[in-house]
Amino acid sequence: MTWLHFLSVSITVWLTLLFVFTIVPAVLGVSIGIRRLYLTTLLKIFEWATLRMEMEAKEKNQQLYKPYSSGIIVKEPPLSLQQGIQELRGSASCLHSEPEFEMADIFYFCRRGVESIVDDEVTKRFSAQELETWNLLTRSHYNFRHISLRLTVLWGLGVLIRYGILLPLRVTLAATGISLILVLTTLVGFLPSRELRFFLTEKVHVMCYRICVRSLTAMITYHNRENKPKNGGICVANHTTPIDVIILANDGCYSLIGQAHRGLLGMVQRAMVKSSPHIWFDRSEVKDRHLVAKRLSDHVADKTKQPILIFPEGTCINNTSVMMFKKGSFEIGCTVYPVAIKYDPLFGDAFWNSSKFGMVNYLLRMMSSWAIVCSVWYLPPMNREEGEDAVQFANRVKAAIAAQGGLVDLIWDGGLKRAKVKDAFKEEQQKLYSKVLVGEQEQGDNKSSEENPEEDKSYHGSANGQ
Amino acid sequence: MGSNSSNMNHIPDGQQLLQDTGFSAAQIIRLYERFEFLDKDNTGHLRPEDLETVPDLDMNPIGARIIGAFFPPGKETLDFGSFVRILAHFLPADSNRTRAGAQQEPANSTTGKLRFAFQLYDQDRDGKISRDELLQVLRSMLGLQVTEEQLQCIAERAIQEADADKDDAISFDEFRKSLEKVDIDHKMSIRFLR
Repeated sequence: MTWLHFLSVSITVWLTLLFVFTIVPAVLGVSIGIRRLYLTTLLKIFEWATLRMEMEAKEKNQQLYKPYSSGIIVKEPPLSLQQGIQELRGSASCLHSEPEFEMADIFYFCRRGVESIVDDEVTKRFSAQELETWNLLTRSHYNFRHISLRLTVLWGLGVLIRYGILLPLRVTLAATGISLILVLTTLVGFLPSRELRFFLTEKVHVMCYRICVRSLTAMITYHNRENKPKNGGICVANHTTPIDVIILANDGCYSLIGQAHRGLLGMVQRAMVKSSPHIWFDRSEVKDRHLVAKRLSDHVADKTKQPILIFPEGTCINNTSVMMFKKGSFEIGCTVYPVAIKYDPLFGDAFWNSSKFGMVNYLLRMMSSWAIVCSVWYLPPMNREEGEDAVQFANRVKAAIAAQGGLVDLIWDGGLKRAKVKDAFKEEQQKLYSKVLVGEQEQGDNKSSEENPEEDKSYHGSANGQ
Repeated sequence: MGSNSSNMNHIPDGQQLLQDTGFSAAQIIRLYERFEFLDKDNTGHLRPEDLETVPDLDMNPIGARIIGAFFPPGKETLDFGSFVRILAHFLPADSNRTRAGAQQEPANSTTGKLRFAFQLYDQDRDGKISRDELLQVLRSMLGLQVTEEQLQCIAERAIQEADADKDDAISFDEFRKSLEKVDIDHKMSIRFLR
């Protein structure tokens, strides 16, 4: 009997604490400051741990393996193909003034090829970034040999806290948040008055997202809130994880767009639609670009509807760079509100590596990390300018987001995670090289083969003349 | 430096590679991480498809040849040791520690680098770059941007310039001679972080 008694008391205490310290502030929109205190303490512990590891390593006279966050190779400013080959030839002190083939040209391509095998810009964007300080999680760890007894104890304690206390707490909160969304949005959907519906929807949404945010222990700092997206526009952001949606929706109401799922997610989607306009597509409709564009434009044209939240990269990137934006959402011709999201991976890396982890596994990892810390910057709205096509507009927005978030701006397509590069890129390289060899004036002259032998003879003539 | 080697216990051939190539222990560890990263199905070996996933390599005009250099004919898999030994060709020549009784020429000497480049041309490994092989390389590097006649002209000129004994093919020595003014060490070296 005493066991049961003990259990019921502890559960009651647990739930009360939960209620008082998390749910009530979430509903009221107040922050007590517990999370900040928690994070500062954690930071001090991490730094202490790393220092101890360095001391241990020094005692054993070994080098601490520092993950090179900048790569294996020294990064030099990239030369164009033209410059690269000319540099190559310049070193051979060639006297020929006309461009022609050199046996050494192959060195340029060879070196670039092998360099990309050792370290390339793209493939590493699809795996989690590496940390300088150890954050007591084995998943981000390289120096196993240097852990002393003290550190192991600390790590063990960390495991207990994370899996024994934090994880159940967070799962409970998340469950509460989701059930609240389902129940309340359905209830609000029954109300007759439209204005009342809108008003209450906003409140319900924000409250539920706040609970979800607390269930992940997310510390979010919003910057430049005067630029928040307004009705009748599209909000675009860089994509790192499905949690991005929660992070943004915590501070405003957005219409989401995506595929209609089945099961629990489908239920949530249907419940959400009852009280505010989201755009869910059937699997078959997704392929139809015109249909998608039409629904987007219709939604945007209605000024009473919330801004749509879109992630133009199309896939999750590891938050060190921004990859190619798909032009579809930039063709519609409405105001675009760019948002930059940058995560601090020290307390927990939010990146979802979908080839390595499924959704459930990922959520588990998220909820057993220390915290999710991120910054959100709202950028001033942008419109497509005269004479700018959708692709250029997309690149302009992408550059702005990359600059604000301190991310690398890449031209590569996020789809390279799963597909191979298009032949057009290789042709581009071949084109550039042929320009170096055969000269600018011959470009586009490939069809008239009568002229060419004469041109070539003139090469031979002047070459012999020298 | 010697005490670093105990970090490498989990790397196959780690000690041997430290001695044979000019890589430092830290570099070998880093290369092993890269190797594991490329080895998507965790077999401990790389296959040509694993290297093809690198977009920069895929768009390189001679990408297929470079992959071929890692996988000589008959070899379908690449283990870590071979991976590092091939990459050792690209170490700067001054990173060799003096090793007593080193029998073989180090891979990153000028001759070693030249041999690597020569094999990119000489696919059938008969020791000579034939006219056909040269044409194939040119075709890879230029694609459809030039006509067949232009290609033939370019190949003809290149062979005439380099072929000293007039056997219509370029041997390794002729290759070396035609490149004697090129700073091979600089152009065929990758600056690895220490």
